[in-house]
Amino acid sequence: MILRRTCKEVAALLVAREDRALPMVERVALRLHLAACQACPNFEHQLSVMRQALRLWREDANENPSPAAKSSTNSPDRR
Amino acid sequence: MNLESQLAQHQAYLLRFARLQLRNDAWAEDAVSETMLAALSKPQSFDSRSQLKTWLVGILKHKVIDILRQRQREVSVDQDEGDGSEELDALMFKADGHFAAQPADWGNPEQELSSRQFFTVLEACAEKLPPAMGRVFLMREWLELPSEDICKELQLTPTNLYVQLHRARLRLRECLELNWFGNRAAT
Repeated sequence: MILRRTCKEVAALLVAREDRALPMVERVALRLHLAACQACPNFEHQLSVMRQALRLWREDANENPSPAAKSSTNSPDRR
Repeated sequence: MNLESQLAQHQAYLLRFARLQLRNDAWAEDAVSETMLAALSKPQSFDSRSQLKTWLVGILKHKVIDILRQRQREVSVDQDEGDGSEELDALMFKADGHFAAQPADWGNPEQELSSRQFFTVLEACAEKLPPAMGRVFLMREWLELPSEDICKELQLTPTNLYVQLHRARLRLRECLELNWFGNRAAT
């Protein structure tokens, strides 16, 4: 099936999505897989925690506490 | 407090970032000294005390980019670098493409993401990336350069850039899992 992806392929797409926009067909395949998979949503969440952590690190929130945790869901295709 | 002693308070912080980005202590010290000199030479261009650090980091980023440019040949990525990334992939996945072990639930680590220890671990993990890969990753995540600029500065093709970033993210994930999120679950 053209939209079927393994966890390995999905993990690669999720990592790639941190740095570039995915083609439409891959975005669809990703959503289909994530809706049916137990493991990959955890991996997706780990990447979003990393994204949030790197943002706070860059902004040095650890030394100016408070802005932490305001928006945990900034867009993956941020640049 | 005069500007000079205020600058001294931020020196260690600036040096940490410069080292992570440049992966060379001598270059990092140059970048920080030049930042200090630039700050002292035009103190009028910064106003309130709360912004001193932000202002210094802004200057430092420019100095660091200058150094990366001057050292272009030395920082270029060896495209055939064997860095063990295939092994990492093989550890993570079974032959049929399933996860070898279900990725852990990292929860909602809002508290932890404002703790100093967490960022110490994060920096240690970034430091453990191979130098060339670490520079690419930091250019993205700390200097926040657009992809095209990173490719230009390091003479990388877009494909190679994405391969480097991909490997760096997987390694960072693995390192955080081992040294922070995994341990946390056990305690």
